Amino acid sequence: MAENQAYRLKVGLAEMLKGGVIMDVTNVEQAKIAEDAGAVAVMALERVPSDIRKEGGVSRMASISIIRAIMNTVSIPVMAKVRIGHAVEAQVLQALEVDYIDESEVLTPADEEHHIYKHGYQIPFVCGARNLGEALRRIAEGAAMIRTKGEAGSGNIVEAVRHMRTIMREMKHLTTLPEEELMSEAKRLAAPYDLIREVARTGKLPVPNFSAGGIATPADAALVMQLGAEAVFVGSGIFKSSDPEARAKAVVRATTHFNDPAVLLECSEQVGEAMRGLDIAQIAEKDMLQTRGW
Amino acid sequence: MGSNTLNHNGKPIGILAIQGDYAAHGRILETLKVPFRLVKKAEQLGGLAGLILPGGESTTLIKFFDNEKLWEPLAAFAKDHAVFGTCAGAILMASEVENPAQRCLGLIDMTIRRNAFGRQVYSFIRSARCSNTFNEALGVTAASDGHKFEAVFIRAPLILKAGKAVVPLITLDDSPVLVRQGNYLAATFHPELSADSETALFVHGYFCQMSFGALPSPLKLL
Repeated sequence: MAENQAYRLKVGLAEMLKGGVIMDVTNVEQAKIAEDAGAVAVMALERVPSDIRKEGGVSRMASISIIRAIMNTVSIPVMAKVRIGHAVEAQVLQALEVDYIDESEVLTPADEEHHIYKHGYQIPFVCGARNLGEALRRIAEGAAMIRTKGEAGSGNIVEAVRHMRTIMREMKHLTTLPEEELMSEAKRLAAPYDLIREVARTGKLPVPNFSAGGIATPADAALVMQLGAEAVFVGSGIFKSSDPEARAKAVVRATTHFNDPAVLLECSEQVGEAMRGLDIAQIAEKDMLQTRGW
Repeated sequence: MGSNTLNHNGKPIGILAIQGDYAAHGRILETLKVPFRLVKKAEQLGGLAGLILPGGESTTLIKFFDNEKLWEPLAAFAKDHAVFGTCAGAILMASEVENPAQRCLGLIDMTIRRNAFGRQVYSFIRSARCSNTFNEALGVTAASDGHKFEAVFIRAPLILKAGKAVVPLITLDDSPVLVRQGNYLAATFHPELSADSETALFVHGYFCQMSFGALPSPLKLL
């Protein structure tokens, strides 16, 4: 019962973020811009994904002094990233009392076989997923929010669309199956049977499902919302553009009014030049961030 | 408490759907068989029986109110309609906000402190106590120790002080967590996240009674 309550509180905070935009920030100034633009939360990290991609090297949890300064500056929730499987980075962020931890493929994985056992923490976790099986494995480990991975730092929405469509399609498929076929689906998707049954019954994930990885324009944000995302994460898309303040505001507005083309027109007109994107075909397999984790 | 003078029968309840857990409020109204409509723009306030301001991030909602010029239409709507806010929504309805100070609608004469219990790690679920006023309105016969049910607090605000016209309906450690002033109802917790218990049905049912002058029919069966 106590465990169930703790988990409900974790999912509860994710519920509060729905319909909003969570922005990647690397310093206090960016966090302030994000909050002023109407972000529902900020994600503190060392470098935005497009710089990680460009500069290479090992990418780790952000500097504690920067995360702490951001927590002291903004009144909205502060999230921070840890490397996949790096339980101690997560313990450190829990001791710091951040509001959410992102066990993220954007950072260099610390463990290539195992993710963190997230039920063991009081702080809620969000994890990336490319398909339903991956999402349900992370939920079984304790993730209280899922974000589709997309391809972080690419400025290209194609992978985010692929992953959202995949998860939505796989969930819909489950709802059409008779009870006796669900076990083999659990086997095929490599996901826990009880969660498979729950999705088959409800048609949706048991936790909020957000979208990330490649959102660069207000229209991109609205597109993933129309495909079923309940909120969006924007990484490099804001602070690698020509006018971060205007773009941040426009993406926030477009996420709320994702079904209103007249408002989306205004949002699209308000912004300067978007970040320069990458063709996914030009990214070598070894440089893909989305294939980290399993 | 004032007798109920609102008569908005047959109209839907509006749920502000800029950002936050508006879908959770919608699910409760569905259970109560009360029609509702999501509201994202000022012109969508027309023809509603009442309005719910959901949980979410009050900072974000305030930016929207500023940028989309929603303060005036919401204040005008509140003049002759019932309004119900949970958590961030309650903050928006206060007359004064702390931590930090920020603009609010001033519908309820109370000072409220944001994130009063601390960050997410200090969020909690506890059993809160219903007042006789609340029980009587719902037709619940309370045991001698009062009627209790679960309340979910997430990065919750705290009502620091409230004027004489503010009636405490549910309390936690003698501090009010559900209050009413005239046509306005505010909860510092999230009844909408207690879909499996009677909490949400009772609090939302009470708000429907404020909007329509009668309890929704599924509640009468409880």
